[in-house]
Amino acid sequence: MFDPIVPNTDPNAQVHFTFDGESIYTAPNTSVAAALLAAGHTWFRQMPVSGRQRGPFCMMGTCFDCLVEIDGITVQACVTTVTEGLNVTRVPQMHLQEGKFK
Amino acid sequence: MTPPQKPDLIVIGAGPAGLAAASQAAGHGAKVMLLDEQSAPGGQIYRNILSASAQQDTILGSDYTAGRPLAADIDTKSIDCRPNATVWKVGTDGAVTFNQNGVAQQVYGSHILLATGALERPIPLPGWTLPGVMTAGAAQILLKTSGLVARDAVLAGSGPLLYLIAAQMIAAGRPPKAMIETQTSGQFYGAMSHIGGAFPCWKQLLKGLKLIAKIRKAGVARYKGASNIEILGIKRAEAISFTVKGRTHRIDTDTVLLHQGVVPNTQITRSLGLKHRWDEKQRCFHPITDAFGQSSSKNISIAGDGAGILGAKVAEYSGRIAASNALALLDIITSTTRDKETRALRRSRRKEAAIRPFLDALYAPPPEILRPKGKTIVCRCEEVTADDIRSYVALGCKGPNQTKAFGRSGMGPCQGRYCGATVTEILAEETGIHPEQIGSYRIRAPLKPVTLGELASLAAVSEKEITS
Ligand code: FES
Repeated sequence: MFDPIVPNTDPNAQVHFTFDGESIYTAPNTSVAAALLAAGHTWFRQMPVSGRQRGPFCMMGTCFDCLVEIDGITVQACVTTVTEGLNVTRVPQMHLQEGKFK
Repeated sequence: MTPPQKPDLIVIGAGPAGLAAASQAAGHGAKVMLLDEQSAPGGQIYRNILSASAQQDTILGSDYTAGRPLAADIDTKSIDCRPNATVWKVGTDGAVTFNQNGVAQQVYGSHILLATGALERPIPLPGWTLPGVMTAGAAQILLKTSGLVARDAVLAGSGPLLYLIAAQMIAAGRPPKAMIETQTSGQFYGAMSHIGGAFPCWKQLLKGLKLIAKIRKAGVARYKGASNIEILGIKRAEAISFTVKGRTHRIDTDTVLLHQGVVPNTQITRSLGLKHRWDEKQRCFHPITDAFGQSSSKNISIAGDGAGILGAKVAEYSGRIAASNALALLDIITSTTRDKETRALRRSRRKEAAIRPFLDALYAPPPEILRPKGKTIVCRCEEVTADDIRSYVALGCKGPNQTKAFGRSGMGPCQGRYCGATVTEILAEETGIHPEQIGSYRIRAPLKPVTLGELASLAAVSEKEITS
């Protein structure tokens, strides 16, 4: 689990987004992956064949274990910055099986 | 529309090597384009350096803040800086194709300077794919970019970064629950034979000793000479187990940070078909470069950890040296100027690199992590195990590329970044053929996934060029 070194309590310095419908507030210029980890989420994607769960591993855009879906496109959560009102979901497994991978 | 001027030098990567190279070249009036995946300069080592808070500075320490002038001094007027640019193809003709903000573009450079740095060495051990298991570098990136620190985490592996991050976690008020270190006392005595050579770097050695003293003072439990490391858990990390001196230990934790040093990021250099060499000490391939950083292709240079792991300071010197050499090749400066302005840099680089043989010997990754056995996953993306790779050899598989056909290893989205080195090592062990001859995966563009929309935007640009 991850803790902020300084809790972000200033309501004016917060960005709001949703993850699978859950409301999450984060500081501006935060990556989706960092915001989700700070909110206590550990797994982001499921492996297409085994269904095993994965979470961010590298945080630098190289491992692809942080894949999530935004606006119907599969993106790496660690290289995507949260913007106000962003609608993030886990990638439905069927999408991966149907080869709709970005 | 007048076509944009062709850059003299395209620098890929804005870490210490790329930043230094771009500044050096722009200082001579060359037209420089600097591409980087991140939104701000610094690379992974100096990530977020221009926006870090005073508190982050204190926690991350002087090795981090040392990068600030380098990033701050980049003259965005004379250098065409392209943040958020993901390069997915580079050609030997100097063509660089990249995505920036959803649009694909192609630019030709007279000379290309690759400064793509390093990534964590694969750490294939049982359970390393479980959620809650990350690289130590990932935890450090969270600290640098978002001010997040892992709570009650266990650090496992070896290398200077492991101590640095432990000290940073202590400074952030979240000391690691334990450190599980793979280096043995045999490695320590072996490394001592290099200590004389490392003497010019006594300041670095002293820094290391101070870090270790800080960790001791904080009372962090350290287990040295650990083997059989295994991360336990069904849906996520729950505990880590390991053996020290024949005794098995188990520590409960939901966050495990792994590290076994870093290796050059060779995706672009491989895709270009440049010559590479197997480094026996660092157990990885690196592209072959001359003293000025020039690769086996005349118009392509490589600087920084991407050419071989020597650290951030050396990367900065190498960046300047390679840029100077590139300008001499382009006749922007004379070779006399190049020799003159790089003499002191080459001397500093030699001095700074003197510690490496010592560090390489002290923190050499253990065989069980270099060449895992059994059901340990090797290829994370396609969930291919060590046993699978070994069984392919029995079926006649001869090289890394053939393993793709046998079981899709290396064919997932990470394109072999986290299994390539392991597959080479396992094949070498099973066949008795040297890793140099085994070789590595063949890498092809696109080096990062590209959407159809991005491809279409590239097509639109070239159409305009043809019709205008
Ligand atoms: S965490 Fe590795 S690509 Fe995002």
